[in-house]
Amino acid sequence: MSILDIRGLTVQFPSRKDVFTASRNVNLSVDAGKILGVVGESGAGKSTVGNATIGLLEHPGRIAEGEIHLDGQRIDNLDPESMRKLRGKRIGMIFQDPLTSLDPLQTIEFQLIETIRLHLPLSKEEARARAVDLLNQVGIPNPEERISQYPHQFSGGMRQRVVIALALCADPEVVIADEPTTALDVSIQAQILKLMKRLCEEKNVAMVVITHDMGVIADLTDHVAVMYRGDLVEYGESRQVLGAPKHPYTQSLIAAVPRPDVKVHRFPQVDYIEGSAKPFKQIDISTHWLGKARDYKPVDGPLLSVKDITMKFLTKDSWFPKNREYFTALDKVGFDIYAGETFGLVGESGSGKSTVARVITGLYHPAGGTAHFAGQELTSLKDKKQVLAMRRQMQMIFQDPFSSLNSRMRVRDIVAEPIKFHKLASTNSEVNQIVDDLLEHVGLGVAAAAKFPHEFSGGQRQRISIARALATRPRFLVCDEPTSALDVSIQAQILNLLKDLQDELGLTMLFISHDLAVIRQMCNRIGVMRHGQLLEVSETEELFDTPKHAYTKELLSLMPSMEGLSRSNLEEELA
Amino acid sequence: MTDNTPTVSGSEVSAASRSALARFLDSDLLHSFLSSKITVLAAITTLGLMLAALFAPLVAPFNPFDLAQISILDARIPPIGMEWSDPRYLLGTDDQGRDLLSGILYGMRISLAVGFLSVAFAAVLGISLGLISGYVGGRTDAIIMRIAEVQLTFPAILLALLIDGIASGIFGNIDRETWAIWILTFSIGLSFWVQYARTVRGSTLVEKNKEYVQAARVIGIPAWIIMIRHVLPNVLGPVLVIATINLALAIITEATLSFLGVGVPSTQPSLGTLIRIGNDFLFSGEWWIAIFPGLALAILVLAVNLLGDWLRDALNPKLR
Amino acid sequence: MFGFISRRIAMALVVMFVVALISFLLFRFVGDPVNQMVGVETTPEQREALRQRLGLNDPVLTQFFRYIWGAVQFDFGNSYQFKQPVADLIGRRLPATLELSFASAIFALLLGIPMGVYTGLNRDSWLSKVFLSVSLVGISLPTFFIGILFIFLFSVTLQWLPSFGRGEVVQIAPFWDTGFLTASGLKAIILPAITLGLYQMTLIMRLIRAEMLEVMRTDHIKFARARGLPNRSVYYVHALKNTMVPVITITGLQLGSIIAFAIITETVFQWPGMGILFLQAVQNVDIPIMAAYLLLTAFIFVVINLIVDLLYVVIDPRLRTERGRA
Repeated sequence: MSILDIRGLTVQFPSRKDVFTASRNVNLSVDAGKILGVVGESGAGKSTVGNATIGLLEHPGRIAEGEIHLDGQRIDNLDPESMRKLRGKRIGMIFQDPLTSLDPLQTIEFQLIETIRLHLPLSKEEARARAVDLLNQVGIPNPEERISQYPHQFSGGMRQRVVIALALCADPEVVIADEPTTALDVSIQAQILKLMKRLCEEKNVAMVVITHDMGVIADLTDHVAVMYRGDLVEYGESRQVLGAPKHPYTQSLIAAVPRPDVKVHRFPQVDYIEGSAKPFKQIDISTHWLGKARDYKPVDGPLLSVKDITMKFLTKDSWFPKNREYFTALDKVGFDIYAGETFGLVGESGSGKSTVARVITGLYHPAGGTAHFAGQELTSLKDKKQVLAMRRQMQMIFQDPFSSLNSRMRVRDIVAEPIKFHKLASTNSEVNQIVDDLLEHVGLGVAAAAKFPHEFSGGQRQRISIARALATRPRFLVCDEPTSALDVSIQAQILNLLKDLQDELGLTMLFISHDLAVIRQMCNRIGVMRHGQLLEVSETEELFDTPKHAYTKELLSLMPSMEGLSRSNLEEELA
Repeated sequence: MTDNTPTVSGSEVSAASRSALARFLDSDLLHSFLSSKITVLAAITTLGLMLAALFAPLVAPFNPFDLAQISILDARIPPIGMEWSDPRYLLGTDDQGRDLLSGILYGMRISLAVGFLSVAFAAVLGISLGLISGYVGGRTDAIIMRIAEVQLTFPAILLALLIDGIASGIFGNIDRETWAIWILTFSIGLSFWVQYARTVRGSTLVEKNKEYVQAARVIGIPAWIIMIRHVLPNVLGPVLVIATINLALAIITEATLSFLGVGVPSTQPSLGTLIRIGNDFLFSGEWWIAIFPGLALAILVLAVNLLGDWLRDALNPKLR
Repeated sequence: MFGFISRRIAMALVVMFVVALISFLLFRFVGDPVNQMVGVETTPEQREALRQRLGLNDPVLTQFFRYIWGAVQFDFGNSYQFKQPVADLIGRRLPATLELSFASAIFALLLGIPMGVYTGLNRDSWLSKVFLSVSLVGISLPTFFIGILFIFLFSVTLQWLPSFGRGEVVQIAPFWDTGFLTASGLKAIILPAITLGLYQMTLIMRLIRAEMLEVMRTDHIKFARARGLPNRSVYYVHALKNTMVPVITITGLQLGSIIAFAIITETVFQWPGMGILFLQAVQNVDIPIMAAYLLLTAFIFVVINLIVDLLYVVIDPRLRTERGRA
């Protein structure tokens, strides 16, 4: 008999103009000791289901229809006070960001004891003993000592362990985890997932894990519910749903997940998502502005050659130079990128991979080392004309599609700015024509030009970013995590677009990502970074088959196994 | 990647290109404005008072500066409805026989002029310094912010008094009429720039690290163009709120200084001057000379403050 | 922690130094001190002798350090209008201003904080709306006008409370006459203290409300609720403490400015404090008094800010552990 039973749940958010239905007629159930995954892309309504279950829907959301039963008792119609007593006691909750989930001004001890004594009739000493025990269970070393510390004295992964301990304070029957590992690095993510699986079995709790990540689903869950725009489209045993998806949305979603194990030429298009299948208007590159006058001289040797780049950030300022303290973000990093290839940099957060991009594009000035682009030294360029000429050849695509476009400018002005600034067109009408063509070419259409960025979705904004980057007619493109903020189906489209553009324009790319699977699909050669150092550089297939550095091996071992995933689409694509 | 907020962000472009007017008419801002009756009332009041002050020579029954129209025999006549009142003087007259209603309208003109000018001065100074401080950073930032910090040591009113005192020390009391208003504007404006600078600096620090600014730098656009074209439009929202609330504060400060006798000269009475004059007659029962200008001042400031309050809530998406 | 405090003290010293510089420049260069001190009939020779005696011909830097050295020993020179030492003039009036400021600060804090917490937690209750409306009227009425209204209502019309002065005072120290110990003294302070404190009270209330609303939206409050913590503990244990850092900052600033705002209240109620003295100095260009007043208010302000910084350390553990985890 299932512990948590959700029947016909419909959650609505009424607004001034209409009623937004965040989830529609959702049916789910979880058994004790089992893990249910709720997966979907942004806007799917998966968090809404979790929040509704625990009675913490954000204003003005309300349960319009349906029932929620906990161990046979109906809980969706409880009064607020009874619902509050249920929270933490019978249903525990884990949130996404461990850095903000804990009260920064109270010790871990205080927060644990407070929660334990709220739900269990224990004395202060007993509660403390229980708290230490809990910390021990979630894998915090020296719990006796660390319990009296404040949250800021713990790292992100350790804080998430504390959050889990807090959720388990009163031995709840159900734990709901909303994107529990999204904010963490892969290595920490793997540890936390392992911990959750262990605790679920040991304590026999029913767990609901809400995530966008198919890897988490494959690694962790027994059952999976796939949601799309508020609807539950598919529900069943994880192995079965992942291996033989029935619903077309699930099929395309799984197909779009980058595979670490095989290399594909292009990602399968997720045709279920509306608005994605827009045919691009092809322009003839050989006669078009974009392709014409690409008068770059071919270079002998590497197009970009980086040697011993060192970058330091001031962490403690002082009027006296000797008292200043620095953080070394890059420690003698060097590599070459040849014309026409895609070079990948992979590493966890803080590894310095984005810093490399910013040094190359001139956003940061390195403390030491050289970077030669097409034979010219970059870091010591002084002459304004030369600097601008260099800027024009090298453009960058950023991670966050929501902050990479100026929200006060129209798309036309955003894309036209580099053209006008570098005086790449003589008349205004010519500029407008180029902007229109660029927007068409990245798959947006001319109508986009008159709109503001906020009228577009994340994927569309990233297309605008790409159009802006192309507007200087660059030959070198730096892509800094270009898809990590996007849903997986959109990611596939953007990556395909980048590949197409590279083929057409002969672009050279530096591609930065934390995601090994994406890196494998995009890159010819890969560099692995950690703590500001470049550990190894290899050909892609070589890196995956015979990794040299121990850290690379570790990273590879941490990749979620996708073995259970359906390959049907993939095989079609390969065929 | 989370879907906490029930927006339809993943969907296609919601509306095809609509005209700016249609967008404005359908905007949440306008709706929140119209649904708050008190805000609409405040807006109408503010607008009405401003127009009345602007067109005071046309609206007011008398010209209080025209000695030919004043007779000392008409001094201290009570407002309509009281014994000894005179139908010509709706709100009564002051100690020199000037019509109080006309005095209030002309006084409001000066109050508003000083208010607007000093807010404009403070805003331009504060926004520029805040933008530079936030965008350039480093030592420049440290110096500007230290100056701001030292200045915060002195409340606006004290600073304005000091500047006024220094000005008297330098210029002497000759030609007070001509420079008093400008000194007043300068001293009020100077005492308010810090708030703009700190706010703009804060927003600039946030905007500077956003990727659209980095994109502009990668294109090669020089810093000052980025500051003006990209950063400035994105930091103006909070500035608008501060400016509105500051207008109210500037009007109060001007009135206070004039009340204390260091503001505008009494030949060009502002609302504060009128209250100061009336204060002397409070004990002898001629309350209207102080109370009516005071009420006019309070209504004006209250209306502006209500607008500022609404604007702050409406522009803060988190509160909705 | 030690680093934080010592940095703050250094900063305070810099502020005081800059203020001393401004105040010296005022003292020395605005208006000719000699002209202010002597009559029209004084001969140029006598003037020159006076200049020499006052040290006005010494290098500016020497004069500056002499000024600072004097200020440290409470020697601010003589007032131009009263021909008396500025220190005596201010000293005699300081207790009145400090008592008034103290009373109104207490009033502002005791009412402002609970009202702010209440309106922050009960956003939509009718009492919150009343508080907010009243506070808006409160910040819209200029202090001097509130004072006038109070006098008109409570002194002229109802004749409950005195309209001017401090009432009877009792000397408790050579330089300190207190009004707190007599009935008439206490009665006299009510109206001025409320007038002066009202504006600060509304600001403190609105600030705490805004901070409360902000904190209530944070993740850790959401997580506290998800653990089933009752409102009482969410509000007063987790939310209130987290609003304290910004609240203390602004409250410190506000209390500092009470001294300056006292100028207005003292004028309206003819309260014999140093605010009136300063105002007269401004009107008569009595530079030594202005300069000394400037130094004094800055000093009080800097001390309050240091206290605020110490409170930060008490409240925020992140400042206590020397350079926590990066």
